[in-house]
Amino acid sequence: MRPADTRHKLSRRQLLSSATGLGAAALLPRNASAQQPPEASNELGLPARPYGFRSPFEKDVVRLVDSGSGRTPLQDLQGIITPSALHYEILHFGMPIINPAHHELLIDGLVERPLIFTMKDLERMPAVSRIHFLECAGNSWREQVGNPGNTPEESHGLLSCTEWTGVPLAVLLEQTGLKPSARWILAEGADVGRLARSLPVEKALDDIIVAYAQNGEALRPEQGYPVRLIVPGWEGNVNVKWLHRLEVLDQPAMTAWETGHYTDLLPSGKARQFTFVMEAKSVIVRPAGGQRLDGSGVYELTGLAWSGRGKISGVEVTVDGGRSWQKAELQEPIHTKAFTRFRWTWNWSGVETTIASRCTDETGYRQPTREQIIAARGLNATDHYNGIKWWRVRTDGQITHA
Amino acid sequence: MRRLTFLGLACLGVFVTSLHGQQKQLGLGHTPSMQELREWKSTVLPDGSGLPPGSGTPAQGKRVYLDKCSACHGDQGQGNEPPAPQLVGGIGTLASSSPIRTVGSYWPYATTVWDFIRRAMPYSRPGTLTADETYAVTAYLLSLNKIIPRNAVMDQKTLPAIRMPNRDGFVPDPRPDVR
Repeated sequence: MRPADTRHKLSRRQLLSSATGLGAAALLPRNASAQQPPEASNELGLPARPYGFRSPFEKDVVRLVDSGSGRTPLQDLQGIITPSALHYEILHFGMPIINPAHHELLIDGLVERPLIFTMKDLERMPAVSRIHFLECAGNSWREQVGNPGNTPEESHGLLSCTEWTGVPLAVLLEQTGLKPSARWILAEGADVGRLARSLPVEKALDDIIVAYAQNGEALRPEQGYPVRLIVPGWEGNVNVKWLHRLEVLDQPAMTAWETGHYTDLLPSGKARQFTFVMEAKSVIVRPAGGQRLDGSGVYELTGLAWSGRGKISGVEVTVDGGRSWQKAELQEPIHTKAFTRFRWTWNWSGVETTIASRCTDETGYRQPTREQIIAARGLNATDHYNGIKWWRVRTDGQITHA
Repeated sequence: MRRLTFLGLACLGVFVTSLHGQQKQLGLGHTPSMQELREWKSTVLPDGSGLPPGSGTPAQGKRVYLDKCSACHGDQGQGNEPPAPQLVGGIGTLASSSPIRTVGSYWPYATTVWDFIRRAMPYSRPGTLTADETYAVTAYLLSLNKIIPRNAVMDQKTLPAIRMPNRDGFVPDPRPDVR
């Protein structure tokens, strides 16, 4: 949640923009990188492997990491699914390695029948698979305080979207029953700090998933292996990883993570609490900061839009500093509380300009400007920021934050 | 919220019926023994439920704190950010342009201090403090923040009775607040 040291990554980006065939170079016209004849192999290739690997030419597409977090390289990815190994991560107490044979989930508190589920129990239960985004509450906080990120991963990289598979929490609560006084559920992780967040029972009965798989295979350790909560559309922190206990309560537990942290302090001195939903937001990822356009002409402008309240209904882009907005094409199908990929074909005349996207969700909510957010919340409520993100394109094609 | 609860329960009924046909009870999972329930330490709530027997004073807490906490948080709780936050001071600054959010100035419940220390501190070895040590360190931090007197004893009864300076500092989420 703090800005990482980006010196290494910036030098990589500069490398990429010099036409080595990855990332920003993908924006270059095809003939710009065609200095060598195309390769076709004259040797017998490698044998089959039990677990796949990436082309060595893709090794620079990695998370931007510091000790406690890894940011998704949004500018290097396609479509709406983040590869599991590039999904963002935040580790408040490091990454535990848990043996699923010894892992259990206890549901107790205000239930009719306290129960312990083993991983085998969970895998026998009726499952669902859903595509949902996850976003850290503090994603793009730098934009709000006026120190914007230079690249999409720096500005918005605590953000990813994958397919999650698991048991609806409603099914588990049907097994235990709920006492009439049940209002909140405390979810606790098995990490050494026992991170714990309170969630309203209504959300648990709506769409929360007790997930054991991501993108078709078991969760990665950094994503909560062997089991985690997926709380669609809500701030990343409540999607408790390494889940081992759900305690049903008649009140929120008021843990440190829902009082001292993840609360939004207003200029009045009051702070908003239980600000769960991540509101509609979008960002252009190509062309974007850290990349370079190779002269005037046609470029595909593409980015991501998402809303914690439902489906994205529209995305508009501007390439003239906001004087006019154009309707972008949305990739179908559009999933609820998931990435929506947008695309628009831009013919750049070569003049300096600023570009941005803004989205609307199915509730009619439209992504606000930074100025509107600051007017409503001041500068200290840095979580849950969803303002419009601007990039500046200079005459030499270099793109920076604006 | 109430209406949502009703709707949620109604939807759950339809959902479970359609998902499992007639069978809601899957017969999976087992009933925890008292021993198993004890192995999961219980959460401490603002009303003090979940607090174990034991007690501690600021003087006792200072010894534990200097031994196990001060390397990161400083000997007066001044912090070393990031990652070790400031623990003392800031009371009265929340409405200023440079608010200082600490256990003393920002956290609304003293029980949360106890719960967090028990769960997550010391950062390198969480869960190693005894109940008495946790009461004592909590007492020391509250005393440094001048929320309790130096000779106060913190236990199951006195800790939940403390009124933190920012107890009424939180409001519900009004969003969407910008359109």
